Amino acid sequence: MKAHSVEFKDVWKVFGTGSKLDLASVQRNDLSKAALLEKYGCVAAVAGVSFKVEAGEIFCVMGLSGSGKSTLVRHVNRLIKPSSGQIIVGGEDINQKSENEMRELRARTMGMVFQNVALLPHRTVRDNVALSLELRKASVRQRREIAEEKLELVQLAGWGDRYPDQLSGGMKQRVGLARALAADPAILLMDEPFSALDPLIRRELQDQFKALSTKLGKTTLFITHDLDEAVRLGHHIGVMKDGKMLQIGSADEILGSPNDPYVEKFVQGSSRLKLLKAETVMLPLEEFRTVGQGQPLADAPRLRLDTPIEELLGLSNRHGNTPMVVVDDGGADVGVITASSILRGVHERL
Amino acid sequence: MSLADILDPFKSWHLPFSQWVQDVLTWVVTNYRPLFQTLKWPFDKLLTAFNLGLNGIPPLVTIVFVGLVAWQIAGWRLALQVAGLLVVVGLLGIWGETMTTLSLVFTAVVFCMIVGIPLGVIAGRSERAAAIYRPILDTMQTIPSFVYLVPVVMLFGIGNVPGVIVTIIFALPPVIRLTALGIRQVPEEVVEAMRAFGATNNQLLFKAQLPLALPSILAGVNQTLMMSLSMVVVASMIAVGGLGQMVLRGIGRLDVGLAATGGIGIVILAVILDRLTQAAMSRRRQFGHVAWYRRGPASVFTTMLRPYSPSATQDWKAAGAELLSQNKGNDYERPA
Repeated sequence: MKAHSVEFKDVWKVFGTGSKLDLASVQRNDLSKAALLEKYGCVAAVAGVSFKVEAGEIFCVMGLSGSGKSTLVRHVNRLIKPSSGQIIVGGEDINQKSENEMRELRARTMGMVFQNVALLPHRTVRDNVALSLELRKASVRQRREIAEEKLELVQLAGWGDRYPDQLSGGMKQRVGLARALAADPAILLMDEPFSALDPLIRRELQDQFKALSTKLGKTTLFITHDLDEAVRLGHHIGVMKDGKMLQIGSADEILGSPNDPYVEKFVQGSSRLKLLKAETVMLPLEEFRTVGQGQPLADAPRLRLDTPIEELLGLSNRHGNTPMVVVDDGGADVGVITASSILRGVHERL
Repeated sequence: MSLADILDPFKSWHLPFSQWVQDVLTWVVTNYRPLFQTLKWPFDKLLTAFNLGLNGIPPLVTIVFVGLVAWQIAGWRLALQVAGLLVVVGLLGIWGETMTTLSLVFTAVVFCMIVGIPLGVIAGRSERAAAIYRPILDTMQTIPSFVYLVPVVMLFGIGNVPGVIVTIIFALPPVIRLTALGIRQVPEEVVEAMRAFGATNNQLLFKAQLPLALPSILAGVNQTLMMSLSMVVVASMIAVGGLGQMVLRGIGRLDVGLAATGGIGIVILAVILDRLTQAAMSRRRQFGHVAWYRRGPASVFTTMLRPYSPSATQDWKAAGAELLSQNKGNDYERPA
């Protein structure tokens, strides 16, 4: 299915309203969380959030627990209705949909993955994967075929007859992903899918998910409390605190120029060195020529623009610190990496 | 008016509550007795069917059948115990009475399930319904059964059917409560996941909530069974036959032997029913995920029929692959 964009327009969600709450005055006065709780006895889980997820991109919403990120993602498939504001999915306002239209939309265009997977324990893996198809009454044969196909996609081919309690945590989460993909939805909603897994499995699943999403090109709203995960997966990252979106930008922008003290504090722990790649540390080809070291480049190893720093260091060592050539997507030489250019790049980021 | 009268105003005047109850009951009896007589019909039919069936089948056939059922749901050990207990019932010479009591209990439990499970589902899904039920269920469980014995007789007459109705009043609450509890205990995430994939309310109920609440519902049925058995003696006061009547007659005539024989019959029945329903509740854990027709005595029949089924070769292939994969130790995660 064609990817959809998802847009939030000044969305508010206030919980525990005793009906008397005057939302407009809260919005005007920009009350803090504590003041809101004291004055009205309610909590603003989402407070005036606006952002857009472009079709086909992964947008990571990053925040600690209680920041409202899980509430936010549930607005997309209207498991939670906003107190005010609009959510536009594929050009249509979700709030205008009837309950039936919404069900259809959930079954066909949105797949969701949960932190605790939430598989049905009394059903086989195959029946779990085919859940959305079953709910919209697809034929048994179609269900079976699609389930097998999706299980293969998440590298669980042949596990269809097992039950969830026979699977490890990582495998269950892959079943959860296969279930979300079964209807071939335009939008993937990932609510901290890898948070409950141990670090090695988490890393592995992140890599698999990244490869998979590059292949499938689905619009993804990815919720996480892990900055590294957000940096690794997201094309864009939004940092949330107390229901507000503090900063939105690419990983580079968030890590490089945090515009809010909270974001800055958050980012401090994470090394910006991780973001270095061939493109950022290379010398442009002409500059290398004018420096005039005159070394022959014909036999030098060729690298892609997005080769990460760890790999560069390893390669550089292995090749005795001789220059390496960076090529663009078209295969043309664009720059050169030497030991000193890596050092300079690292120095700039410290 | 003296000070003592002011401090104890209830001495001179109180609500004529007992008179009210009398009046209401008399009014209902004079105006609606035919309605209640008609309501008896389904209870009567089911009870008669159970009674004729259970008393009509020769004891040995029943013992073998119950034994096979026990073997199917819980293994041969329980089958032997259950069959042995039934033999004891026969040896005590109370087979007929036991079957009459059993049909009474079965009828009560069937109606409790028909009424109780839907009511429990409603209570499990709606906080308001649960709040309305709670005092009613508390009353049903705690009010002494003698209190409603008389009104029931006035409305329904005496005999087995009012006995069943009295039993239902007492035994209905647990199945409602435990069904509601089971529905409530379905993890919030599962409900959310079902909704996220576009489930309607009915799909949510039948595909997730009821299957996940099943152990709790079965526990409710088990409790209802036990409570109906404990009502057997009280019910026999309104001319219900069976083991309860033996006990009651034993008390009346100071015939300890008669009362003890009836009492032992009730205990044996309770043990058999309790064991069987308990086993039914935990069978999933015991047998893993083997389909019921692939184990126990039923597997004998399915195995006999197997070579004739068109999918037989496929099944063998699947079984072979299963064995192979088990040998590889596939309980661990495959490296990516």
